[in-house]
Amino acid sequence: MANYSTNEFKGGLKVMLDGDPCSIIENELVKPGKGQAFNRVKLRNLMTGRVGERTFKSGDSLEGADVMELEMEYLYNDSEMWYFMKTDGSFEQYAVEKKALGETEKWLKEQVPYTVTLWNDNAIQVSAPNFIELEVVETDPGLKGDTAQGGSKPATLSSGAVVRVPLFINEGEVLKIDTRSGEYVSRA
Amino acid sequence: MTESWRPTATIETLRERARLLASVRRFFAARDVLEVETPVLGQGGSTDVHLVSLATMARTDRGQRRLWLQTSPEFHMKRLLAAGSGPIFQLAKSFRDGEVGARHNVEFTMLEWYRPGFALADLIDETATLVAKLLPHFHGPVVHYRYRQLFHTHLAVDPFTTSLEALRRLAAERGQMPNGAIANEGRDTCLDLLMGLVIEPQLGRNELSVVGDYPASQAALARRHQDTDGEWVASRFELYLNGIELANGYDELTDASEQRARFIEDNAERRRLGLPEVDVDERLLAALDHGMPDGAGVALGIDRLVQLALGKARLEDVLSFSTPNC
Repeated sequence: MANYSTNEFKGGLKVMLDGDPCSIIENELVKPGKGQAFNRVKLRNLMTGRVGERTFKSGDSLEGADVMELEMEYLYNDSEMWYFMKTDGSFEQYAVEKKALGETEKWLKEQVPYTVTLWNDNAIQVSAPNFIELEVVETDPGLKGDTAQGGSKPATLSSGAVVRVPLFINEGEVLKIDTRSGEYVSRA
Repeated sequence: MTESWRPTATIETLRERARLLASVRRFFAARDVLEVETPVLGQGGSTDVHLVSLATMARTDRGQRRLWLQTSPEFHMKRLLAAGSGPIFQLAKSFRDGEVGARHNVEFTMLEWYRPGFALADLIDETATLVAKLLPHFHGPVVHYRYRQLFHTHLAVDPFTTSLEALRRLAAERGQMPNGAIANEGRDTCLDLLMGLVIEPQLGRNELSVVGDYPASQAALARRHQDTDGEWVASRFELYLNGIELANGYDELTDASEQRARFIEDNAERRRLGLPEVDVDERLLAALDHGMPDGAGVALGIDRLVQLALGKARLEDVLSFSTPNC
């Protein structure tokens, strides 16, 4: 991979830092009156998801990271690996470890496209679409007439996630969920 | 089309900017300081190791020559002083390659002025008066700090006597530098990092902070003197407001041979660092040799002051077109 100098650090650039691939979020020049310039760089470690700040001497460089984000459909899992397939028509499949799935595991649904981050062709991160439609598999019976205000109850969805839903929701209904907040949006 | 043709500042901001620049001109006119215009191009450039100069080729009556875009109007203005101009000021387009950010733009406007016969303290007063005039809603006091004192207060180290190893450790820790990134750096790099990252953001909070007595190694084009502790320090000051460095002033070095020695040392350091050398401005040295009156001079980033006066988040908000949008 090419090396990138601090003046090429832009939001979204993927670089290697201390052995891990990182994505640059922000890059700000810090220059005391008359003196050496530095770059204060905010980056996300793509292996851990953690965001941190580091300082570089302006002009220093980092090795680029071979990181790609691809759209892939979720297929199935054998409880050791989770399998995804590229949506570009190549039918190419990737096996993903539980660690890389992280929180996304509870938002998995077959044939839905996810964003899979590959580093050196290995999946290191899977992100769910912002909204997903999932069926309620278990919840207390709905309360008739209570469609307007107040109250919520837990509901287990087909993906295994448990979300708070309004009292009028019944088992078997399909709901639209915001995967970023884990909140109920509406009936689908 | 994602390429925007639009200005980075609003037209209303440009009106405000023009009003502020007009009041700068009135300020100096009332004090009999002559407005001058000097060239953007020069046959010599700044040798300062931390500035990256732009250069261009031009055909002159002496054939094809490399000319330097000035990083500040300092050299030409000093030649005017040596020619007997008396006090002068300029709103000068200046260029520093690679400097882009919330407070930086490759091409920017420097307000620079020189006061023959002024001591540094007189110029600090005048600079503070001008800043207060342009920021009518700012009523904070002017507070003086010594460079050494700031390091004691904010970092509990002494910038002159703490070992290089300890400074490197502190800089690496406070800067969260990648492993080994600062292992071979000298004192000034460590001090610059700590100053820029830790101390500067604390300066100019509801006050105008004036910092003086910088290490002698950071004198640039200023004289040096021994401070009350007997340390050799630079006779220069910097002015801060809201954590932003606004101005940098010198008790001007007028000794041609000392100035030549500093230029040569800069270029030697450039060779050591693998940086391109910059042509020494022989005409400045000839002017100093002829004799420049003793006095003080200051460079103030007028774009930053307009930014503060108008409460804008980024420098580009007060520039008609920032360099990325030029």
